[in-house]
Amino acid sequence: MTASSVSVPLAARSGNRWSPVIKIGLLGGIVAIYLALVGILTALANRMIVTGVISLGQIILLSVFILFGYTAAQRAAAKQAKAPVAWCLLSGAITGLIISLFLSALVVIAPAINLRSIFINASPELFELLTFGLGVPTGLFVLMGVGVVVGALSAGLFLLPDRLRRSVGMGLVAIPIVSILNTSLFAGRGIDVAQAVAVFIAATVITYFWQPARAAANQRMSALPTKQQRILATTAYIILGIGVLALPLLGPYPAEILDTVGLYILMGLGLNIVVGFAGLLDLGYVAFFALGAYTIGILTSPEIQWLGVQLSWWQALPFAVLVGTLAGVLLGIPVLQMRGDYLAIVTLGFGEIIRLIFLSDWLKPLVGGSNGITRIPRAIQLGDDARFSDQQVLFYVILAGILVAAFIATRLKYSRMGRNWAALREDEDVAQAMGINLVRTKLMAFATGAGLSALSGAIFASKLTSVYPHSFNLLVSINILAVIIVGGLGSIPGVIVGALVLVGLPELLREFAEYRLLVYGAVLVFMMLKRPEGLLPEARRKLELHEMDEA
Amino acid sequence: MLQKLRRRVTGATIAMWIIGFAILAVVVYGAVSTLLSAQYSPSTWVDLIIFGLAQGSVYALIALGYTMVYGILRMINFAHGEVFMAGAFVGYFIATAFDKSGFLERYFIVAQLLIFAGAMTVSATIAVLLERIAYRPLRRAPRLVPLITAIGASFFLQYSFRGFFGSGVKGYPEPEQLKGTITFLGISILKTQALVIVAAIVMLIALYTLVQRTKTGRAMQAVSEDKDAAALMGIDVDRIIVITFLVGGALAGAAGVLFSTLFRQVFFLTGFIPGLKAFTAAVLGGIGNVAGAMVGGLFLGIAESLFPNLVLDGLGIPAPYQLKDALAFLLLVLVLIFRPTGILGERLATKKA
Repeated sequence: MTASSVSVPLAARSGNRWSPVIKIGLLGGIVAIYLALVGILTALANRMIVTGVISLGQIILLSVFILFGYTAAQRAAAKQAKAPVAWCLLSGAITGLIISLFLSALVVIAPAINLRSIFINASPELFELLTFGLGVPTGLFVLMGVGVVVGALSAGLFLLPDRLRRSVGMGLVAIPIVSILNTSLFAGRGIDVAQAVAVFIAATVITYFWQPARAAANQRMSALPTKQQRILATTAYIILGIGVLALPLLGPYPAEILDTVGLYILMGLGLNIVVGFAGLLDLGYVAFFALGAYTIGILTSPEIQWLGVQLSWWQALPFAVLVGTLAGVLLGIPVLQMRGDYLAIVTLGFGEIIRLIFLSDWLKPLVGGSNGITRIPRAIQLGDDARFSDQQVLFYVILAGILVAAFIATRLKYSRMGRNWAALREDEDVAQAMGINLVRTKLMAFATGAGLSALSGAIFASKLTSVYPHSFNLLVSINILAVIIVGGLGSIPGVIVGALVLVGLPELLREFAEYRLLVYGAVLVFMMLKRPEGLLPEARRKLELHEMDEA
Repeated sequence: MLQKLRRRVTGATIAMWIIGFAILAVVVYGAVSTLLSAQYSPSTWVDLIIFGLAQGSVYALIALGYTMVYGILRMINFAHGEVFMAGAFVGYFIATAFDKSGFLERYFIVAQLLIFAGAMTVSATIAVLLERIAYRPLRRAPRLVPLITAIGASFFLQYSFRGFFGSGVKGYPEPEQLKGTITFLGISILKTQALVIVAAIVMLIALYTLVQRTKTGRAMQAVSEDKDAAALMGIDVDRIIVITFLVGGALAGAAGVLFSTLFRQVFFLTGFIPGLKAFTAAVLGGIGNVAGAMVGGLFLGIAESLFPNLVLDGLGIPAPYQLKDALAFLLLVLVLIFRPTGILGERLATKKA
């Protein structure tokens, strides 16, 4: 292509017009094939979003068309200042067509070369999904038709005015969310067409009028006297608090999801201190979680006799936190000299060592080896006639933990120590030159983070009433890291958002469990490339990361 | 004089040295008591050392990728273990196809070469794509950013492979030619282990020639010394970085084939632990140092194969093999604490890092 563009300038110009569109189409085709072969489409094909009409697998397929059609239109518009509407629509349609051609090629070629012997997901179910169950010739035409139409429609979405586009987008996103919530939490079976339309209209309208309404409300708020403003804010917080307290009443299953999310928030708040505040990338964070859980197990379970004590969960809790904090200091000392990458690898090594030791036969008499420790008492033991499940009650324990952790994190962040951490994070040498005691600052970060991790480990042990070494592998550390990075490193509300998005959503979608880490990996890369400051960024961090942009 | 010394030797340093000597004493005690008990015959030790050499040469091949990338970009390519895993998978698929058609045994050498070629091509492609998509845009970002990207890429690749090829453990075929042993200098060696060692040596020599003798190799050295100065001397730094990833990826792909020949199983987590160990090997030898990666790999391979029997047995720890992996990580931690320069390297862990 480059050779021809040198010799024939005219062809080059028309090439410029077409090539971005085709490039986006090819990229979209590759993404679509990837999604098909990795099995995500078929895994979600049985999760009905609009009953009898469309499944989540198909929605993901369609969103590839939408995403790339939209991008194509965007590029087309960016290339020419006054791009005609028709050209934008055409590029969306072409992109959709290219993507569906890729998929059609897959459907035709894969059975012929027995692709399934290598790619296990190149199965008849996949081809059925891609051809809408209509068989090879007919289904492929339908697929192409869908590609062209959806591509053009999403290009049309791009052409809508800003406010309307955002509202329509929100409406489209709302349908699967409402349906998934309905299915997972209330044991429904998706939603029917009428409900879907209602959800779409409601979400669109609400979003459309939300922005101006909020602006007006803000204006009226700031016009009020300070005292009344404060009363309003307090009322809002009280209502929010009551709402949070009422959450477990949704039922035992939602409460279990909330517990998991809550534990991740708790751990995230701790890791956030180490990584977000002090900038020390700790990949062995799960070690302290394990230590906390095992301390509880050893002190409370009747199975472990060598220590000669048997405490209740609450009596053992301080010891668990203490052990975690001490371990944080002890593991912190040898790594004081290390920075960045080395610190990450060494802490990762620590985490693995702890897990392997708990797993080995060597310490089996002390910590149960691969059998773990069972019969750990719950934090709050309910009677047999209790109206609520253990998980529902545990939520309040976790909530208390989160409040304590959030309080500690907030207070520390704006303390002298917090400023020392920020200095350390930005430049260790300069921080030292400014008279900051690096040893104390680093150890403080490790100790606080480890203590909070041990606290969540203790609650975790009580949640499962047992501990096993395999619960404490590296993936937990990576999950928490993903949570705080998506939320925004160093941002406390960010941790909550990150945990809700990354832990809550997959819990709702059980079929999705296999692909969870795949998505985490992709999300980590994507966030680092496009939005390193996270969803709810902390102000200072955002400045740090974007100071390059202005230079 | 004494005051100066006292200022330099802090309490923490002394504590570290005490811990170091305590560990050393335990190791020596364990080794001596095992040897005195004479529960293993000399030929067992020889077997263990040869197995260690084979395993170590795989580590060395992977470690080269870490070390070369670190030398040039000062970043740990966390996803390198997955590049290696990709090589193992490609090798497995080609070898199985060849095995089914009988090609693997009829034209053994051609088949092996084709397997290596396929695995190395795919691995190198993945490594280059990784650089292009995930790392290049972040070259000027704060240090934590590319590392987190690399971790994300690593998990993305691992679980993509799981999605593509399933989560089961796949058995790598073993052709007739690799069964049994050969005798070399009076020592009988398993043929698979011999193949792994020879192939690794060939590859290491090829790499050494590339880096030391060719123009590209010298350009790589220049870039790793000083990127900006190299650019001023007319070296296309981007191109050299791509070549580094390409070469490192190809070596990892070859290592993948060798690893599956040795252990005869492939699955999506294959790359994780060997990747970490290879990184340990790179640090052991002195990261950024090509010869160091080779030495470190062999050292780690042998240590890992000898240590459980030699030391842990003597200490009376049951089932010492379970702690094999913990040993590698412990070694990593100890090296970084006591000799961050590694065996052959310059001090990087605290200075440039």
